[in-house]
Amino acid sequence: MIKYIGRRLLISAVTLFVIMTILFLLLQFLPGSPFNDEKLSDMQIELLNEKYGLNEPKSTQYALFLKNIITKGDFGVSYTIEKNAEVSTMIQARFPISIRLGLQALAFGSIIGVVLASIAALKRNSIWDTATTIFAVIGISIPSYVFALGLVYFLGYKLTKATGMAIFPLTYDIYDPVRSSILPTVALAMFVIATVARFMRTELVEVLGSDYILLAEAKGLSASKVIFRHSIRNALIPVVTILGPLTVSLMTGSLVIERVFGIPGIGDLLVTAISVNDLNVIIAVAFFYSLFYIAMQLFIDILYGIIDPRIRVAKGGK
Amino acid sequence: MEKLLEVKDLEIAFDTHNGSVHAIRGVSFDLYQGETLAIVGESGSGKSVTTKALMGILAKNGNVINGEANYMGKDILKMSKKEIVNLRGKEMAMIFQDPMTSLNPTMTVGFQIKEAVIEHNEVTKKQAKARAIELLELVGIDSPRARYKQYPHQLSGGMRQRVVIAIALACNPKVLIADEPTTALDVTIQAQILELIKSLQKKINLAIIFITHDLGVVANIADRVAVMYAGKIAEYGTADEIFYTPVHPYTWGLLASVPDMSNTDVELYSIPGAPPNLLYPPKGDAFAERSEYAMNIDLEYQPPMYKVSDTHYAATWLLHEQAPETFMPKVLEKRIELMKKEAEEYAKA
Amino acid sequence: MDNLKPQLNESSFERVFQTDEFKTDVVYKSISFWKEVRLRFQANKGAVIGIIFIAFILFMAIFGPYMNAQTYKSKVDEHINLPGRIPGIEKIGIFDGEIDGVNVYEKRGLDDVYYWFGTDNLGRDLWTRTWVGTRVSLYIALLAVVIDMFIGMGYGLVSGYIGGTTDTIMQRFIEILSGIPNLVIVTLFVIILNPGILSISLALVITGWIGMSRVVRSQVLKMKELDFVLVSKTMGAKTNTLILQELLPNIFGQVIIMSMFSIPNAIFYESFLAFIGLGLQPPLASLGVLINDGYKSILVYPHIIVAPVVVLALLMLSFNLVADGLRDALDPKMKQQ
Repeated sequence: MIKYIGRRLLISAVTLFVIMTILFLLLQFLPGSPFNDEKLSDMQIELLNEKYGLNEPKSTQYALFLKNIITKGDFGVSYTIEKNAEVSTMIQARFPISIRLGLQALAFGSIIGVVLASIAALKRNSIWDTATTIFAVIGISIPSYVFALGLVYFLGYKLTKATGMAIFPLTYDIYDPVRSSILPTVALAMFVIATVARFMRTELVEVLGSDYILLAEAKGLSASKVIFRHSIRNALIPVVTILGPLTVSLMTGSLVIERVFGIPGIGDLLVTAISVNDLNVIIAVAFFYSLFYIAMQLFIDILYGIIDPRIRVAKGGK
Repeated sequence: MEKLLEVKDLEIAFDTHNGSVHAIRGVSFDLYQGETLAIVGESGSGKSVTTKALMGILAKNGNVINGEANYMGKDILKMSKKEIVNLRGKEMAMIFQDPMTSLNPTMTVGFQIKEAVIEHNEVTKKQAKARAIELLELVGIDSPRARYKQYPHQLSGGMRQRVVIAIALACNPKVLIADEPTTALDVTIQAQILELIKSLQKKINLAIIFITHDLGVVANIADRVAVMYAGKIAEYGTADEIFYTPVHPYTWGLLASVPDMSNTDVELYSIPGAPPNLLYPPKGDAFAERSEYAMNIDLEYQPPMYKVSDTHYAATWLLHEQAPETFMPKVLEKRIELMKKEAEEYAKA
Repeated sequence: MDNLKPQLNESSFERVFQTDEFKTDVVYKSISFWKEVRLRFQANKGAVIGIIFIAFILFMAIFGPYMNAQTYKSKVDEHINLPGRIPGIEKIGIFDGEIDGVNVYEKRGLDDVYYWFGTDNLGRDLWTRTWVGTRVSLYIALLAVVIDMFIGMGYGLVSGYIGGTTDTIMQRFIEILSGIPNLVIVTLFVIILNPGILSISLALVITGWIGMSRVVRSQVLKMKELDFVLVSKTMGAKTNTLILQELLPNIFGQVIIMSMFSIPNAIFYESFLAFIGLGLQPPLASLGVLINDGYKSILVYPHIIVAPVVVLALLMLSFNLVADGLRDALDPKMKQQ
């Protein structure tokens, strides 16, 4: 078990390192110089270059790059969005909002997904089952931003116009975080619900058809015990493995959702940075996303190792 | 001996995409306290389906369309869900073929036994755990306390099957239904498990319905035998009667098909053809088309159960008074002579 | 039921088989593997619907732009922001050129003008732009997936076939690569290479090849095992062909399935890139670009975004349904339970 965790940690560290290297290399290729302000004279540009070590050989720059990030969390300053603001500060302010939204969507989506899957599997081939399957396919196929747009238009705009009340606020309001995050959470969660529901239904159907469930029934256990204690619990375990891809979809979705709903998260920051070519910000946010993803992967791997006794307790003691 | 179970004219059909499959077409048998009834037959003959219906765990698309199954006077097939759940584990228990998949992989074996105990008894968790450990010991598992905490994947196949047996016996049932419990095990382990089952039966006076396709196992443990074919019972009698004086051509075929190690230059006997597709149940005797003794009437009508003795019955037109005299294949005759001789010598020794 | 008093006659108890000939085994007519697959696929309603939709959209993508006079970039300043209006259907109340009850065409004195999907803010015909956009999106997606197939198959074949240390290294490499979120790589890629059809396609390749290579590798490993058994038992060439006939289709089958799933993925990513500003430059149109354009005026002129969004959603839905259907059809495990 320890070996298992250790190995995962090592790979994570290496991956992170590789990412930083790739980011650095990309930084060298990104078009445009960091100092685009026409107001700067040539000498000032020279001085700035000096200050940021941009005249040093690449290898030194690389070392400096790594050192800054690892030891100080310093990603330099923003060139265009907020002149000379520390990028790390900018991120720090926005990071929690995105995380909160993402976790909300994940939790909400997973719970609904599990419930739907359970109903579908228990009432297999009934109307519930078909409805869930249709819902799941739609939820997976249609991108989250389409849902977002639909929600914005129908629930946000039209409903507000029709009733005169802002039941579902169109844009994010930091003074009303809970209510104004309902629509974005739902939009983000659609994909989660669909994926979880679909996956778990398959797992649950397989579990329900297995011999040990038959034995549990033959033991004389009540139906509810068989369902909850034996079936659903066992079917939940593999669901942990899809948390990885789900995280990715949440990250991708967050970029658009934050933009559509005006949420000041790091997704929104990235989109802005791309449009104005603020390199340091782009690199920093990219790094953060990668870091988060790797951390999630590690967490999932360890979690799975703990929940599944087949991994947790090695073969032995015969 | 008390009669525990009485099954009469049981008929079961399954709804499938292709139509209704008439899997069980009129099965009747009895089970007495303390005895072992073996149900023998090929795959698809309906052995498992019959017993699953008795436990009320038929697949969702299966329906009992006729018959009764009286356990101690009450008809199981007409019981409410609640009554059946009460019956399961407490009065009647069942064990399955594959020990690898019979246990929940994410729970300790101890818990799975404890669960069964708690379900039907008013006991504390501590008492249940103690009973579980007791059971582990009873089924011959070493270091029961340590094993209690282990997971199924940490045990070997034979041990897992012992655990399954322990679970079945947790509440002292009167009837044990064993659905090919040794088929998936190595031959040596097979013998061990059979011995275990036999000794347990003696200890608690258990009645056993033992399903198998292996005649060797039948000879080992059965008191009485029911031979099933295509959803009906072909022949029914004591083990001696079935092995020494069988009268149904299918039984002859089964017995003759067992390879004879002592006579290796004889061609292996096999029953030609295959069992019928029960989507389209045959009009007459289902075995007729594969039997050299078939008569015209076999193609038209299904034979009733003929009485050969008080304990021996067979469903074949060959027992009709007008049927020509029929003798079992020579190969089988010789085989039975041999068996009798060996049995005598064994008894003397 | 059937054991009523049997009608007996003289011949009732005569033996049926006078000779030693027995009834031979009934041999069930076997269906070829591919026919079975096709039958299973056709039985899947969702998959069939998916194919129909795809066929329809493809047809429109190819022939749609020719159905009216405008091109995808022709602008008519007087005709900006017109909602959709289709002759004949407008009588029913939809596609009638109205916004909030007001017939915009009439208001501007354009009674004889018809734009089926309406126009955008520069007066460009949305019908043509939508179908041209579909072409572009499909093209990008297909290009990406085809390259994916080659790279993925190549990587998987090499890794699986050579095996040993090479395999281990190659797999480690993938393990690390898959730890990097696609989003990051794709975005950065496109930023560097400047968004264009080719660059976007190449960027999209990144998202699919790893999955493809994994599937190919596992199939190759399976095949390898059998090969060795063959060698050690020195069976005839006939079995060789059997293996090739049985396993090669399996590899291709899995590859096709993965590709089917990758296409909607690629279409989505392309539209996503457009939405965050990394899409094709105007006047080029892809579904993503159109959606982005439409988004800008969604609250005022919602009609602009409707057509491309619907086409996008339908495309993704259909490909997913078809891919699902293919996977179920090729999978020997019975789905019914």
